[in-house]
Amino acid sequence: MDIRVQAEPFDLGAETAAFAARQQGMGAVVTFTGIVRDPPDGGLGAMEIEHYPGMTEKAISGIAAKAATRWNTGDILVIHRYGRLAPSEMIMMVATAAVHRAEAFQAAEFLMDYLKSRAPFWKKEIGEQGADWVAAKADDEAALGRW
Amino acid sequence: MDVLYFAWVRERIGQPKETVETTAPTVRDLVKELRGREERYAAAFADLDALRVAVDQELTDFDASLAGAREVAFFPPMTGG
Repeated sequence: MDIRVQAEPFDLGAETAAFAARQQGMGAVVTFTGIVRDPPDGGLGAMEIEHYPGMTEKAISGIAAKAATRWNTGDILVIHRYGRLAPSEMIMMVATAAVHRAEAFQAAEFLMDYLKSRAPFWKKEIGEQGADWVAAKADDEAALGRW
Repeated sequence: MDVLYFAWVRERIGQPKETVETTAPTVRDLVKELRGREERYAAAFADLDALRVAVDQELTDFDASLAGAREVAFFPPMTGG
Protein backbone atom coordinates (compact mmCIF):
# COMPACT_ATOMS: atom_id res chain seq x y z
CA MET A 1 0.00 0.00 0.00
CA ASP A 2 1.41 3.34 -1.03
CA ILE A 3 -0.36 6.41 0.44
CA ARG A 4 0.98 9.89 -0.27
CA VAL A 5 -0.44 13.23 0.80
CA GLN A 6 1.59 16.00 -0.79
CA ALA A 7 1.56 19.56 -2.09
CA GLU A 8 3.71 18.74 -5.12
CA PRO A 9 2.30 17.64 -8.47
CA PHE A 10 2.68 13.99 -9.49
CA ASP A 11 3.46 12.35 -12.81
CA LEU A 12 0.41 10.27 -13.67
CA GLY A 13 2.16 8.33 -16.45
CA ALA A 14 5.25 7.51 -14.42
CA GLU A 15 3.22 6.57 -11.33
CA THR A 16 0.90 4.31 -13.33
CA ALA A 17 3.79 2.63 -15.16
CA ALA A 18 5.74 2.03 -11.95
CA PHE A 19 2.64 0.74 -10.18
CA ALA A 20 1.81 -1.71 -12.99
CA ALA A 21 5.43 -2.87 -13.24
CA ARG A 22 5.70 -3.84 -9.59
CA GLN A 23 2.61 -6.10 -9.52
CA GLN A 24 3.03 -9.85 -9.44
CA GLY A 25 0.36 -12.26 -10.58
CA MET A 26 -2.12 -9.46 -11.24
CA GLY A 27 -4.06 -9.29 -14.50
CA ALA A 28 -5.66 -5.86 -14.11
CA VAL A 29 -4.66 -2.34 -13.11
CA VAL A 30 -7.26 0.42 -12.86
CA THR A 31 -6.47 4.08 -12.26
CA PHE A 32 -8.63 7.11 -11.55
CA THR A 33 -7.46 10.72 -11.63
CA GLY A 34 -9.28 13.76 -10.28
CA ILE A 35 -8.64 17.08 -12.03
CA VAL A 36 -9.53 20.67 -11.08
CA ARG A 37 -12.40 21.53 -13.43
CA ASP A 38 -11.95 24.47 -15.73
CA PRO A 39 -15.45 25.93 -16.07
CA PRO A 40 -16.57 27.21 -19.50
CA ASP A 41 -16.95 30.78 -18.19
CA GLY A 42 -13.39 30.74 -16.90
CA GLY A 43 -14.54 31.98 -13.49
CA LEU A 44 -12.43 29.66 -11.37
CA GLY A 45 -9.03 31.04 -10.57
CA ALA A 46 -7.81 28.29 -8.28
CA MET A 47 -8.78 25.55 -5.91
CA GLU A 48 -7.42 25.54 -2.38
CA ILE A 49 -7.36 22.15 -0.65
CA GLU A 50 -7.00 21.95 3.11
CA HIS A 51 -6.43 18.73 5.02
CA TYR A 52 -5.90 17.40 8.54
CA PRO A 53 -2.26 16.24 8.72
CA GLY A 54 -2.01 12.97 10.61
CA MET A 55 -5.66 12.03 10.35
CA THR A 56 -5.59 12.22 6.56
CA GLU A 57 -2.94 9.53 6.20
CA LYS A 58 -4.64 7.32 8.82
CA ALA A 59 -8.07 7.67 7.23
CA ILE A 60 -6.79 6.86 3.73
CA SER A 61 -4.80 3.87 5.00
CA GLY A 62 -7.91 2.55 6.75
CA ILE A 63 -10.02 2.92 3.60
CA ALA A 64 -7.34 1.27 1.45
CA ALA A 65 -6.96 -1.61 3.92
CA LYS A 66 -10.72 -2.27 3.72
CA ALA A 67 -10.61 -2.28 -0.08
CA ALA A 68 -7.57 -4.59 -0.11
CA THR A 69 -9.29 -7.14 2.12
CA ARG A 70 -12.63 -7.01 0.35
CA TRP A 71 -11.36 -7.36 -3.23
CA ASN A 72 -8.07 -9.12 -2.55
CA THR A 73 -6.18 -6.44 -4.44
CA GLY A 74 -2.53 -6.89 -5.25
CA ASP A 75 -1.66 -3.35 -4.35
CA ILE A 76 -3.21 0.08 -3.88
CA LEU A 77 -1.74 3.51 -4.57
CA VAL A 78 -3.36 6.75 -3.41
CA ILE A 79 -1.82 10.17 -4.05
CA HIS A 80 -3.81 13.22 -2.88
CA ARG A 81 -2.57 16.79 -3.10
CA TYR A 82 -3.30 19.77 -0.91
CA GLY A 83 -2.61 23.49 -1.22
CA ARG A 84 -3.44 25.79 -4.12
CA LEU A 85 -4.13 24.14 -7.47
CA ALA A 86 -4.88 25.77 -10.81
CA PRO A 87 -7.62 24.60 -13.21
CA SER A 88 -6.63 21.43 -15.12
CA GLU A 89 -4.09 20.43 -12.47
CA MET A 90 -4.38 16.90 -11.15
CA ILE A 91 -5.73 16.76 -7.60
CA MET A 92 -5.36 13.08 -6.85
CA MET A 93 -5.06 9.58 -8.24
CA VAL A 94 -5.80 6.05 -7.14
CA ALA A 95 -4.47 2.86 -8.68
CA THR A 96 -5.63 -0.64 -7.86
CA ALA A 97 -4.36 -4.00 -9.05
CA ALA A 98 -6.25 -7.28 -8.93
CA VAL A 99 -6.27 -10.66 -10.64
CA HIS A 100 -9.32 -9.69 -12.73
CA ARG A 101 -10.66 -6.33 -13.84
CA ALA A 102 -13.97 -6.42 -11.95
CA GLU A 103 -12.20 -6.44 -8.59
CA ALA A 104 -9.77 -3.71 -9.66
CA PHE A 105 -12.64 -1.46 -10.88
CA GLN A 106 -14.74 -2.05 -7.78
CA ALA A 107 -11.85 -1.44 -5.40
CA ALA A 108 -11.09 1.85 -7.21
CA GLU A 109 -14.74 2.97 -7.03
CA PHE A 110 -14.94 2.06 -3.36
CA LEU A 111 -11.76 4.03 -2.66
CA MET A 112 -13.12 7.07 -4.48
CA ASP A 113 -16.51 6.97 -2.76
CA TYR A 114 -14.86 6.80 0.66
CA LEU A 115 -12.09 9.31 -0.08
CA LYS A 116 -14.77 11.83 -1.07
CA SER A 117 -16.57 11.89 2.24
CA ARG A 118 -14.38 10.09 4.80
CA ALA A 119 -10.89 11.47 4.19
CA PRO A 120 -10.40 14.87 5.87
CA PHE A 121 -9.96 17.16 2.86
CA TRP A 122 -11.87 20.37 2.20
CA LYS A 123 -11.96 22.19 -1.11
CA LYS A 124 -12.35 25.91 -1.56
CA GLU A 125 -13.03 27.42 -4.95
CA ILE A 126 -11.37 30.75 -5.52
CA GLY A 127 -12.92 32.83 -8.28
CA GLU A 128 -13.06 36.39 -9.46
CA GLN A 129 -16.09 37.08 -7.25
CA GLY A 130 -14.57 35.63 -4.09
CA ALA A 131 -13.98 32.27 -2.48
CA ASP A 132 -16.41 29.56 -1.41
CA TRP A 133 -16.03 26.26 0.38
CA VAL A 134 -17.31 23.39 -1.75
CA ALA A 135 -20.36 21.87 -0.05
CA ALA A 136 -20.57 18.12 0.38
CA LYS A 137 -23.32 16.58 -1.76
CA ALA A 138 -26.02 14.30 -0.40
CA ASP A 139 -25.18 11.99 -3.34
CA ASP A 140 -21.64 11.56 -2.02
CA GLU A 141 -22.92 10.33 1.33
CA ALA A 142 -25.56 8.16 -0.37
CA ALA A 143 -22.85 6.58 -2.55
CA LEU A 144 -21.41 4.87 0.53
CA GLY A 145 -24.67 2.98 0.96
CA ARG A 146 -23.98 0.75 -2.04
CA TRP A 147 -20.95 -0.78 -0.35
CA MET B 1 -6.68 19.14 25.26
CA ASP B 2 -5.93 20.43 21.78
CA VAL B 3 -8.95 21.62 19.80
CA LEU B 4 -8.51 21.94 16.03
CA TYR B 5 -10.70 23.67 13.48
CA PHE B 6 -10.72 23.19 9.72
CA ALA B 7 -12.20 24.87 6.64
CA TRP B 8 -15.01 27.38 7.38
CA VAL B 9 -15.07 26.40 11.06
CA ARG B 10 -11.45 27.57 11.29
CA GLU B 11 -12.34 30.78 9.47
CA ARG B 12 -15.33 31.53 11.72
CA ILE B 13 -13.40 30.88 14.90
CA GLY B 14 -10.38 32.71 13.56
CA GLN B 15 -7.68 30.21 14.47
CA PRO B 16 -6.67 26.67 13.48
CA LYS B 17 -5.86 25.33 16.92
CA GLU B 18 -6.03 26.10 20.61
CA THR B 19 -5.48 24.37 23.91
CA VAL B 20 -8.60 24.13 26.04
CA GLU B 21 -8.78 23.27 29.74
CA THR B 22 -11.99 21.32 30.14
CA THR B 23 -13.65 18.58 32.14
CA ALA B 24 -16.42 18.12 29.55
CA PRO B 25 -17.32 14.42 29.54
CA THR B 26 -18.52 14.37 25.91
CA VAL B 27 -18.01 16.29 22.69
CA ARG B 28 -21.50 17.78 23.06
CA ASP B 29 -20.57 19.16 26.50
CA LEU B 30 -17.38 20.66 25.09
CA VAL B 31 -19.39 22.33 22.32
CA LYS B 32 -21.73 23.79 24.95
CA GLU B 33 -18.74 25.26 26.80
CA LEU B 34 -17.23 26.71 23.64
CA ARG B 35 -20.55 28.22 22.51
CA GLY B 36 -20.79 30.09 25.80
CA ARG B 37 -17.39 31.73 25.36
CA GLU B 38 -17.82 34.22 22.57
CA GLU B 39 -20.04 35.03 19.64
CA ARG B 40 -17.60 33.58 17.08
CA TYR B 41 -17.89 30.16 18.75
CA ALA B 42 -21.67 30.41 18.92
CA ALA B 43 -21.64 31.22 15.18
CA ALA B 44 -19.35 28.31 14.29
CA PHE B 45 -21.32 25.81 16.38
CA ALA B 46 -24.80 27.12 15.54
CA ASP B 47 -25.82 24.03 13.55
CA LEU B 48 -24.25 20.74 14.62
CA ASP B 49 -25.84 18.94 11.65
CA ALA B 50 -23.45 20.95 9.45
CA LEU B 51 -20.43 19.79 11.45
CA ARG B 52 -18.36 16.66 11.84
CA VAL B 53 -16.06 15.78 14.72
CA ALA B 54 -12.97 13.63 15.18
CA VAL B 55 -11.57 12.59 18.56
CA ASP B 56 -7.88 11.66 18.45
CA GLN B 57 -8.08 11.65 14.65
CA GLU B 58 -10.96 9.15 14.45
CA LEU B 59 -14.27 10.30 13.01
CA THR B 60 -16.98 10.01 15.67
CA ASP B 61 -20.23 11.68 16.82
CA PHE B 62 -21.15 14.42 19.26
CA ASP B 63 -22.05 11.97 22.01
CA ALA B 64 -18.54 10.50 22.01
CA SER B 65 -16.70 10.44 25.33
CA LEU B 66 -13.72 12.73 25.83
CA ALA B 67 -12.21 10.55 28.56
CA GLY B 68 -8.48 10.40 27.87
CA ALA B 69 -8.83 12.38 24.63
CA ARG B 70 -5.83 14.47 23.60
CA GLU B 71 -7.15 16.04 20.42
CA VAL B 72 -10.61 17.03 19.20
CA ALA B 73 -11.22 18.44 15.73
CA PHE B 74 -14.31 20.17 14.30
CA PHE B 75 -14.90 20.59 10.59
CA PRO B 76 -17.59 20.60 7.89
CA PRO B 77 -18.44 17.45 5.89
CA MET B 78 -15.38 16.42 3.92
CA THR B 79 -14.96 17.08 0.20
CA GLY B 80 -11.96 15.04 -0.89
CA GLY B 81 -11.30 13.12 -4.06
